[in-house]
Amino acid sequence: MHRTKVKVAEDALDANTTIAQANRGDFDRDGVSVVNLMSAPGAGKTTLLESVFGMGLGDVRAGVLEGDVQGSMDADRIAHFHVPVTQINTDSGFGGECHLDANMVRSALGTLPLADIDLLVIENVGNLVCPAEFRVGEDARAMICSVTEGEDKPLKYPLMFRACEMVVVNKIDLLPHLDFDVDKLLYNVETVNPGAKHQLVSARTGEGVEAFRDWLVGVGEREKATA
Amino acid sequence: MHELSLSSAIVDTVERHADGRRVTTVTMTIGSLRQVVAESLSFYFEIVSRGRVCEGATLEQNYVEARVRCVPCDRGWTLDQPIFRCPDCGGSEIEVLSGEEFEVDSIDVTEEEAACIAPR
Repeated sequence: MHRTKVKVAEDALDANTTIAQANRGDFDRDGVSVVNLMSAPGAGKTTLLESVFGMGLGDVRAGVLEGDVQGSMDADRIAHFHVPVTQINTDSGFGGECHLDANMVRSALGTLPLADIDLLVIENVGNLVCPAEFRVGEDARAMICSVTEGEDKPLKYPLMFRACEMVVVNKIDLLPHLDFDVDKLLYNVETVNPGAKHQLVSARTGEGVEAFRDWLVGVGEREKATA
Repeated sequence: MHELSLSSAIVDTVERHADGRRVTTVTMTIGSLRQVVAESLSFYFEIVSRGRVCEGATLEQNYVEARVRCVPCDRGWTLDQPIFRCPDCGGSEIEVLSGEEFEVDSIDVTEEEAACIAPR
């Protein structure tokens, strides 16, 4: 018996990246632009999507992939808007995976009518850490940080805040009741991810949601322009 | 907390390169911007490795500090906090030179002499 050193020199997430690229190929073939929407649990991902779909997306045909450890509550809420939606439950993983990876998304692609979708929103599992590590084939990554979470979150979760080009600040209708300093949050976002876009919204009252909707639609138009 | 997810990715990578051989050491380069807690990664690696080719293997973690450079004023420095703003000019056009690595460099494998003639 002898020992040998085998050179690997490979990013440990390369396998995921390869599958993400395959997903991307499928999305491009059907002309689907994809946004990966992430946040901590309870920041308002589903409520924001409900608000967007309630407002309407014009002639943009949307679809949703819902990632949760368990249950189809979120998918049921989205289905009310007659938007094609598929629920992915991650509880078959080791203890319930805390994020979606490229392979989980790939396994769900067959259930979505991609040819009839222009914009696919992937609502990731609520978690401010792991989803930032796993690309799924998206064109853009957005996150929600709600004003009940604290201004220091960008400094505590820089991996997530750096991974996203759009930071949605939700629940601004609660600001009168909180000591939350929006400027401080935005300064911290700019500190860890210079140049990141942000949008203040209340998914509950609809304030600012139109601008976020326009950003979502803009991701699709940007992809068409570069295609 | 993402060390569990990362451990699974490491073991999958190791398994693809091990070609069925027993792995005794996995050597990695990890950038400090990945926010990996070394003890936590070792802990989960040991659990995820059970029943796989790298069961019981040592995980060697070599950490790389986060070096950045301010593009406008060319100042370079090491980040110890995630503050991507130049301490000299206040500029925010910052280039990351190192610190984002999460690479399996090599694996040490043991080969049984008999395995040389056994069909794979």
